[in-house]
Amino acid sequence: MRNSFPLLIVALLLAGCGQSEAPATAASKSQPAAAPASKEAPLVVYSARKEHLIKPLFDRFTDQTGIEVSYITDSAGPLLARLQAEGENTPADMLITVDAGNLWQAQKVGVLSPVSSQILTANVPAHLRDPNNSWFALTIRARTIVYASDRVDPVADLSSYEALAQPQWRGRVCLRTSKKVYNQSLIASMIAAQGEPATEAVVSGWVANLAMDPFANDTKVMEAIAAGQCDVGIVNTYYYGRLMKKQPQLALALFWPNQIGEGAAGRGTHVNISGAGVTAHSRQKARAQQLLEWLSEERAQVMLMELNREAAVNPRVPALPDMLAWGDFKADTVAVSEAGRLQVDAVKLMDRAGYR
Amino acid sequence: MALAPIVLLLFSWRFDESDIWQHLLATQLPTLLRNTLVLVVGVGIGVSLLGVALAWLTVMCEFPGRRFFDWALMLPLAVPAYVLGFAALGIFDFSGPLQQGLQRLIGEHYHFVDVRGDAMVVAVMVLVLYPYVYMLSRSAFLAQSPDVIEAARSLGLSSWGAFYKVVLPMARPAIVAGVSLALMETLADFGTVAVFNYDTFTTAIYKSWFALFNLQAAAQLASVLLLFVALALTGERYSRGGRSFVQSSRRYQHQRLQLSRPRALAASAFCLLVLSLAFVSPLLQLLFWAVGEGLDALDSRYFALLKHTLLLGTAAALTTIVVALVLAFNRRRSTAGLALFFDLATLGYALPGSVLAVGLMLCFALLDRELIGPLQTLLGVPSAPLLLGSVGALIIAYSIRFLAVASGPVQSSLERIGDSIPQAARSLGARRWRLLRQIYLPMLRPGLLTAAVLVLVDVMKEMPATLLLRPFGWDTLAVRVYEMTSEGEWQRAALPALTLVAVGLVPVVLALRQSSAGSVSPPRRE
Repeated sequence: MRNSFPLLIVALLLAGCGQSEAPATAASKSQPAAAPASKEAPLVVYSARKEHLIKPLFDRFTDQTGIEVSYITDSAGPLLARLQAEGENTPADMLITVDAGNLWQAQKVGVLSPVSSQILTANVPAHLRDPNNSWFALTIRARTIVYASDRVDPVADLSSYEALAQPQWRGRVCLRTSKKVYNQSLIASMIAAQGEPATEAVVSGWVANLAMDPFANDTKVMEAIAAGQCDVGIVNTYYYGRLMKKQPQLALALFWPNQIGEGAAGRGTHVNISGAGVTAHSRQKARAQQLLEWLSEERAQVMLMELNREAAVNPRVPALPDMLAWGDFKADTVAVSEAGRLQVDAVKLMDRAGYR
Repeated sequence: MALAPIVLLLFSWRFDESDIWQHLLATQLPTLLRNTLVLVVGVGIGVSLLGVALAWLTVMCEFPGRRFFDWALMLPLAVPAYVLGFAALGIFDFSGPLQQGLQRLIGEHYHFVDVRGDAMVVAVMVLVLYPYVYMLSRSAFLAQSPDVIEAARSLGLSSWGAFYKVVLPMARPAIVAGVSLALMETLADFGTVAVFNYDTFTTAIYKSWFALFNLQAAAQLASVLLLFVALALTGERYSRGGRSFVQSSRRYQHQRLQLSRPRALAASAFCLLVLSLAFVSPLLQLLFWAVGEGLDALDSRYFALLKHTLLLGTAAALTTIVVALVLAFNRRRSTAGLALFFDLATLGYALPGSVLAVGLMLCFALLDRELIGPLQTLLGVPSAPLLLGSVGALIIAYSIRFLAVASGPVQSSLERIGDSIPQAARSLGARRWRLLRQIYLPMLRPGLLTAAVLVLVDVMKEMPATLLLRPFGWDTLAVRVYEMTSEGEWQRAALPALTLVAVGLVPVVLALRQSSAGSVSPPRRE
């Protein structure tokens, strides 16, 4: 044993090197395929949407078109940094991410390329895509008010996001952390509607009304309301859908805010997006565009809805039955690119207002 | 190479990001610094007390269940910190069984308690990180000659006196190595504090990057963090001064202190409490979730995940140990200034994982673009990135990130060897390789083994570098856990997390069997 130990190390190390080289050669084999002429090259997608939410779509796409798709998943920040660092060397053909702020940032640093496609402009409403067509929304997710249905009368008590800042809600509000991009996007849309000073006053009011420190996720917010810790909160609809499917007995209900009134008061419920764009240095832009178009078509849109209980962007695709049960609502149609632009201001505003 | 990402951080100061600094100063920085300080002090004290006390108990004392706890107390190492964080919140939160039960017991008047505070975060971190201190001080205690303690006792010290004045100072390099690992990991942690919405300095780094889209400011913040770590480590070295403790690294058969019955039972109960809090409770929570609805996560690709996790972990553990060994030998021979340089190389561990991963990614991209690309053109092959997204680059990244983890045990066991034995061997004509094979490696074996286990388990749990640098299709268990948890689907993350814990247990148990075989014989029957 005394003599075999160093040998073991060397042997295992060699094995380790062997391991690390095998895939490298596999990669170099597939590399010529990355040249524009070849037909077998898979499309490469960098995705901030998680594997279980995209893989079924890619599998279906491959079935229908014969085009293979390979992908890596990570958060938007690192993927964006990688795209920038790789520059024109990048193997990526498409970036999929969630949230308008990330897409706006990707467009700003120049890693996306504009796509002119009649299919996409027909399938994706104008306020849900980049003004230069560098990115397109794939799904929308409403961020709305959830309330304790045994303690709150929606008709008398609830009206808008802004109204949750009023003194009658002192000690009755629960919120998720301001570090979550969904809240940053919501505040950005409020800045777009009524400017910074008014928004800051509202956010300060929310903070004053908090029953507890902000939570790490939407589900905890709803659990806190169900446990009687607070009476109202703000959550994405699909988290509500997921929780109610598991525990239908919970006395929780959704309310669509900002439906009635003039101007900012009646601008509609805030929606955020997930979206995608073709990369600036893609070597197979035509086929990347084909995938993007396919994702906006009816069949893919239905799959997207079923995978995560989000709403389709394509106006010709009807909502799923269980989502219809939450009621129809008017969505805020401020251009999501505008909300993306204002996101940094929104983060700073929440810091100033003491919203953690 | 290990220094490259750190140097890259310093380059961020070329950019003027004063408005972000002003914003942070005006809004959050005081709270962040206070929280970070509380966390570092709390975790530092907690892991030192817990780790050293448990190691002392299992090595030097005899009580019911000692042989079981001896290895079982290392198991929490296999539990990712964020998993314990979430399990703890699940149990103690107002929607958890404890407070719901209390409410049913006391009735309407029961007032729910928000458990997310300093104490909870510190407790979770201590429970996850104490095994570093436990493992390192355990092997240090095992290597101490009983003669030293006997001598101290014969000179009139009480057994506590001997512990404070002799045993503890001699084990200090190992204890310090363990505590600094725990603290660096505390500083780098993002996942656990996020569960409790507890803002630390690392939170500010991520906020600057992900929310304010300013990677430069994030890098500047990260370099400030590194400065503090460097100062703290230098301070410790300075206060230890030139003292060094040379011991042979053979293991001794300690005559264990037979505790009186009540004390022995208290010792068993204490060990059991730590083990149940740090290991059994998160395990039960995961099992509960996995059986409930996590089992549908089991599909054909599951074995590929397992295979990748093991392959990457093993390859990275071996590479890291070799690098740590080479560094430790060279450091030993070099001047103080150069030694400091070597220490800098291990600082990366205190960086939030994503920041280090991006630093490395930028290095690989630069090499691909500036060196490999032109070379490929020169050779007439189509130019394509070779490093970024290759398994080799990923393993290099792991080695750099976990160099500190391997260096701790390797260096502290090398320090204990001293110069006289190698000198004697050399005077007897032993050449370099023979010296390495017949003197150093056998004597370093316990240290190397500890290092290998720590790195292997850490690599398997690792997320940010794996996510950013893995080749297409090389998903690991940790990646799967990340994908589920970041969507808030904790139940579906349970099965991969459970597998991760189970796979992490194998090397821990193997190493234990190795290290205890032949070194510590069973205690004498009284």
